[in-house]
Order: sequence, then C-alpha cells, then structure tokens
Amino acid sequence: MTQIWSNPDVQFVVWALVKIVVILFAMLGVVSYLIYAERKIAGHIQARTGPNRVGPLGLFQPIADVLKLFFKEEFMPAEANKVIFHIAPILAVVPALVTFSVVPFGPSPALVVTDVNVGLLLFLAMSSLGVYAITLGGWSSNNKYALLGGMRSSAQMISYELAMGLSTIGVLILAGSLSLSSIVAAQSHWWFVVFQPLAFIIFMLTAFAETNRAPFDLPEAEAELVAGFHTEYSSMKFGMFFLGEFMNVIAICAIAVTLFLGGWNGPGPPGLGMLWFVLKLSVLLFCFIWVRWTFPRLRYDQLMNLGWKVLLPAALLNIVLTAVAVYWGSHR
Amino acid sequence: MTEALFIGFAAMLVASSLLVILHRNPVASALFLVLAFCSLAGIYLLFHAEFIGMVQIIVYAGAIMVLFLFVIMYLNLQRDEEGGVHIALRRGLGWVAGTVVLAEGVFMLARRWAPGPLTPEVPGEAAGNTQQLGMLLFSRYLFPFEVTSLVLLVAIIGVVVIAKGRSTAGSGTRPAPGEDG
Repeated sequence: MTQIWSNPDVQFVVWALVKIVVILFAMLGVVSYLIYAERKIAGHIQARTGPNRVGPLGLFQPIADVLKLFFKEEFMPAEANKVIFHIAPILAVVPALVTFSVVPFGPSPALVVTDVNVGLLLFLAMSSLGVYAITLGGWSSNNKYALLGGMRSSAQMISYELAMGLSTIGVLILAGSLSLSSIVAAQSHWWFVVFQPLAFIIFMLTAFAETNRAPFDLPEAEAELVAGFHTEYSSMKFGMFFLGEFMNVIAICAIAVTLFLGGWNGPGPPGLGMLWFVLKLSVLLFCFIWVRWTFPRLRYDQLMNLGWKVLLPAALLNIVLTAVAVYWGSHR
Repeated sequence: MTEALFIGFAAMLVASSLLVILHRNPVASALFLVLAFCSLAGIYLLFHAEFIGMVQIIVYAGAIMVLFLFVIMYLNLQRDEEGGVHIALRRGLGWVAGTVVLAEGVFMLARRWAPGPLTPEVPGEAAGNTQQLGMLLFSRYLFPFEVTSLVLLVAIIGVVVIAKGRSTAGSGTRPAPGEDG
C-alpha cells in the first residue's frame, strides 16, 4: 500500500482528482449564486428588488430554482436525433470545466490543478470546442428556430474566436510564456492591462460574444428565434446549457484576470493571493451582468462587421505595435 | 502510465476513425472525426508535443470541423443510401487505395523505416517545445513557412474574388436585394 502511494504518478493523479472534485463542486455553488446575483442586480438596475421571498434576502432562491428544474418534465421532440440531443448539453459544460484546470487561483502550486506549459492554448482550444454544444443542440432538436439559433451562434463564435486569440498574443510577447502561472508571475510589478489596454478591450468584447451574453446574445434572440438553440430543451438538459453558459462566463473572466489584471498579484502577503483573485474575478463578473442589463442587442450584420472589420484588424495592429515596442525596448 | 494512456488514445483514434467511414449518418461521421482529432491531440501531448496537440484541437476540431458541420447541416444531408455504378466504382477505388496505404505501413514497420530522422530525446522539455518550434520555424524552415503563408493568402484572395464575382455577375439570374446589386 505504501509503495503505491510513494509512486509519483499515483500521487499526481490522486491530487489532480481531489482538485478536480473541489473545483467541480465549488463551480456548481458559484454558478447558482452567480445566477442569484444576476437576478438581484438586474432587479436593482430595473428599479425592482429581485428575488426576496425564499429564505433571508431570497438567498435560498437558487436551491428552489434547481429543484424546480429537476421536477420539470423531460421533453424530446419527435424525430430529434436522440443521441446528439443528449450529448449536446454535456458538451456545453465540459469545455468550461476543463478550462479551470489551468487557471492559477493562487501563488502556491497547490492552487492550480495542472500548470501545463501551454495553458493559454488549452483555454483557446476549449473555447473553440464550446461551439459544438450549441450547434448540435440546435440541429438535433429538429426545429427551425433552434437550427437558426445554432447556426448564428457558430458563425458568431468562429468569427470572434480569431480576434480573441489574436488579442492574447500581445500578452504572450510580453510574458514570453504560454503557461498561465508564468504569465501571472510576469505581472508582479505592472499588470498587463497597463501595457495592453487595446488587447484588454478586444478580449472583453470578444468574451461577451464567445459566451453569447448580451449585447451579443443573438443565438437566443427571443423576438425572432423564440429561445434559439435551446428552444426544445427542458428540465435538467436546459439546466445544463444554463450551467455551461455561466461556467463559461466565469472561466473567461478568470482567464481575463490571469492575462490582464495580474491574476493573484496584489498588496499584502502571498497568502492573500487567492483573495485578490476572487475579488478581481467578482468585479469582472459584475461588469458582465451590468453590461447585459444595460445595452441593447446588436443586429446580426452589425455584429459580423464589428468582429471582422473592427476587432480583428485592431488585434492585428496591437500585435504589431507590441512587437515593435518590445524589439525597440530590448535593442535600445 | 504513458504506455497505458497511449494504448487508450490509440484505440480511441482507430475506433473513431473507423466509425467516420462506417457510420451512415454524415453528422455522426463528422463528430467521430472530431473525436479522432482529439485522440490524436492526446497522443501528441504524450510525446511532449504540447503545441502541436493544442493547435490540432484549435484548428481542426475547433474551426475546420465546425465548418464541415455547417455545410452538412445547411445541405441537410441524409443517410448515405445512394447506390449504382458510381458508388460501386468509388468504393472499389477506396478499397484499393486503403489496401495500398496499409501495405505500405506494414512494410515500413516491418523494416523499421521512419519518414524522417529519428530523434530519441525530446529537445528542451523543461521550457516546453513551443519555443523550440518557433525558433525552427523562423530560422531553418523560414522559407517553407513563408511560402505556406503566401499560399494561404492566395486562397483568401481567391475566396474574396469568387464571392464578389457572384454578387455582381449573378445579378442577371438572381434579383439583387438592393438597388445597386
């Protein structure tokens, strides 16, 4: 027994599993209270109070919501592709969860599941796989509105993925590493948002589009597409899409904090690192909700024009500027 | 542990590749191809080719296959149930080509031939081989790298020209949406 435990492979796997389980349950809790926060903030933005009946201040509302989802009837449209209809909601959650495996939550190596040396690429890979959930969900429902919603979303996500990937290259040039821990360590004096303001703006704009949040929530534009790609989904399958969307929001905000806002860097002893991370993450999450309840939805052609004609050239310009500045700085 | 993971990924790769060609539903075939790309990325990761592995997922699984799915869904392709001489001919050619490739593989494996110089050690494992790859691309392989990018640029321009040409020349056959066409 002791021999098995002293094997470094076994130790690594067990530790990784423990961290994965912790993150999974933490995320479920964070998502349910993020939805509560969204409803509360939305209420106050619209001069209402938001949920306030279930428990003190409505704090048990998320539990009630989840229970309600569980007791809803499962419905599947006739002639839907059954297997893909079941797989799509799972695909919505998995890429978001995998992203958390490379996010450094604190300075200690124990606070990151695996510090792989291509962490940033893993994030981009997972965000590019997120399209499948929506496309397949829309297609397998055998419903015109769902199909159109899925198609819109895939076109949108492919377009904005490019600008998002390019906007991270400025950070890469400055940090000289693809590992997210090294990128955070490189920001111990100055956060990269100081040197990369343009990249930060592009990243955040594309983040709204990648997560299908307003003002880029065209895939589920209610007025024209009913509920978009999840029109035919009900009960916990709908819940999984919801969960996936909010997990994606958290994941993308965590990456934004890591790349641009110094990650766990902050004043005070290193033990406070995780606190700083959570604080910055909360500010970004609040901005996501704020924007959703403040801005109207874009039209489809406006969205495509913004992505291809504004954000993509701006991201390319940012790479050139950063490269020139770094070259000039090192050859002075 | 690496061997066990390799066998797992390789088995998944072989199984999903077979299902790509054997499954009758085109959407399922495309999805199995995505699975095949992901297993291949896993194998790359096991060989410490992290950059290639991730780019495999970003480019092939995340971008190209999504466009494949797009086309399949827009055309609403049904189950592959056509028959006739054309299909038989295509199938026959496929079997011949597959047999030739398989025989080639077996022959090369039996003689222990490799398609390039074998380097037993992974260079620069600690820093990750992304840096090594970048260095090689921009020094030793600079010319092929630039030629590739030029080819891609030509392809982009070609697409733009084709798309433009259709909207102006096609105005005779199809009513233009605006007054300028």
